[in-house]
Amino acid sequence: MLDFLKGPVLTFQNFVSLSGRAILNVFRSPHYVDDIILQMDIIGVGSVPVVIMNGFFTGAVMGLQLSRALATYGATGQIGQLVAITLVRELGPVLTAIMIAGRNGSGIASELGSMKVTEQIDAMRALGTDPIQKLVTPRLIATAVMLPLLTIVADFMGLFGGFVISMVLLNITAAQYWSTAWRALQYNDVVQGLLKPFAFAIVIALVGCYYGMNTTGGTQGVGRATTQAVVVAFIWIIVITFFIGRIFVNLG
Amino acid sequence: MILASEHEAQSSPAQGSRGEVLRFDNVTVRFDQETALDAVSFSMSAGETRILLGAAGSGKTVLIKTAVGLIRADAGRVYLFGTDITDMDERHLFDLRAKVGILFQEGGLFDSMTIEENVAYPLVNQRARTPMPAEVVQEKVLEALSFVELERTVAQFPSELSGGMRRRVGIARAVVTEPPLVLYDSPTAGLDPITATTIMALIVKERDLRNTAAVVATHRYQDGQLMANFRYNPQRGALERVSSDGKNGLKTTFMVMRDGRIAFEGSEAELESSTDPYIAKFVKR
Repeated sequence: MLDFLKGPVLTFQNFVSLSGRAILNVFRSPHYVDDIILQMDIIGVGSVPVVIMNGFFTGAVMGLQLSRALATYGATGQIGQLVAITLVRELGPVLTAIMIAGRNGSGIASELGSMKVTEQIDAMRALGTDPIQKLVTPRLIATAVMLPLLTIVADFMGLFGGFVISMVLLNITAAQYWSTAWRALQYNDVVQGLLKPFAFAIVIALVGCYYGMNTTGGTQGVGRATTQAVVVAFIWIIVITFFIGRIFVNLG
Repeated sequence: MILASEHEAQSSPAQGSRGEVLRFDNVTVRFDQETALDAVSFSMSAGETRILLGAAGSGKTVLIKTAVGLIRADAGRVYLFGTDITDMDERHLFDLRAKVGILFQEGGLFDSMTIEENVAYPLVNQRARTPMPAEVVQEKVLEALSFVELERTVAQFPSELSGGMRRRVGIARAVVTEPPLVLYDSPTAGLDPITATTIMALIVKERDLRNTAAVVATHRYQDGQLMANFRYNPQRGALERVSSDGKNGLKTTFMVMRDGRIAFEGSEAELESSTDPYIAKFVKR
């Protein structure tokens, strides 16, 4: 009667098993430092241009749209405060994570998926090396380190985007914009703004690796795995941001 | 140290002392409802050559993958170097697999790595291996590549090489760690006769220079004949025929697989005199 549940439960069980081994490997030798650095370069440094663009225009768009609403109350001077809180708490982490899930989560799934269908993962096992240690753990560490850093870049660029709009279109001085933005941010906002990308990073890396390592069905399977990895990562990002947000709202 | 003691605990001293490298004890492997290996039993000792003949889908690749625990047996036991690996934890298996060289059917090379990185892979990445300086790794890689006469390809990627060259790089990677057992999965499949003979000559050379045990899965009887009747002469740098009276010092056993079962196990002479129509098909020239 409950046969329809078998598939999802098995998937979840395998995902938890892979995640557990990948996380345990962080504390076990051998550590493939070269692979970690290479992945940090691909995921972190490689994503800087898109994250800068993404962050800047997010802040600019927010400045633009919020200014209309604030003008109704004659409070356009508070624009810095609104941009800072929304960006640091929510939009910076979520939009950057979605960008990285689309850019790197998909890349991880398709790379590992291709390796799986061409028996390279089996070759790795046969040659006496653990594919989880060699492939999954470096990607997990690299994403977990780089995504919070990228989020900081995105947050700053967003604030800068909001500032450009405020100065050019709303005639707000730099001192006013930055001081309202700075004063609005509390310790709680910054912690939540950095905890979220850390959690997202773990999800993006592990979901990408899981779908990649479990690819079946040739090249078509690689395409399917990539799509699944991105969709599942997106969903989890939204779910996680809600729960972390909920916890911090309670704490606040 | 913990690993070593765990391995010893699972080893049977009697088997280890006989120099047994691989033993299948009534091994059955099933995929869903299909039986891929059906109660397969055999054992091979150090320095021995096993020729595994059989049609496509008869279970040759499954047998090779089961031998190193890439596929797990559903029933029966598999012993690798006297250690029961049937239910062994994957992490411990990695260290045991480091003592086996494998050539995959399609070469199994890492397409994002250069030929040098591919051949260096086991030396650099195996957990059980003590880290060695980059110069030593490079030296060993060049030695392995010159063994297969491909030392000029170090900086190329697998996609830039022909099928036969990729297979040769696969051999170099399989033997770079000088393992006592090498498993070759259809080393000559899909190759022209000249390239196929070159590959087989390399396998004979590897066996005779390093005295390794080898399992060669193939559907070509002539591959087995070459292994059974030729020896590498290091002075001349070429293969030479040895007397076929059974006293040539080569320990070559033929096995014929049919629908996951071992339909025949014996010497070349016994194989050639078999009257079974399926077995006779492989011997026909």
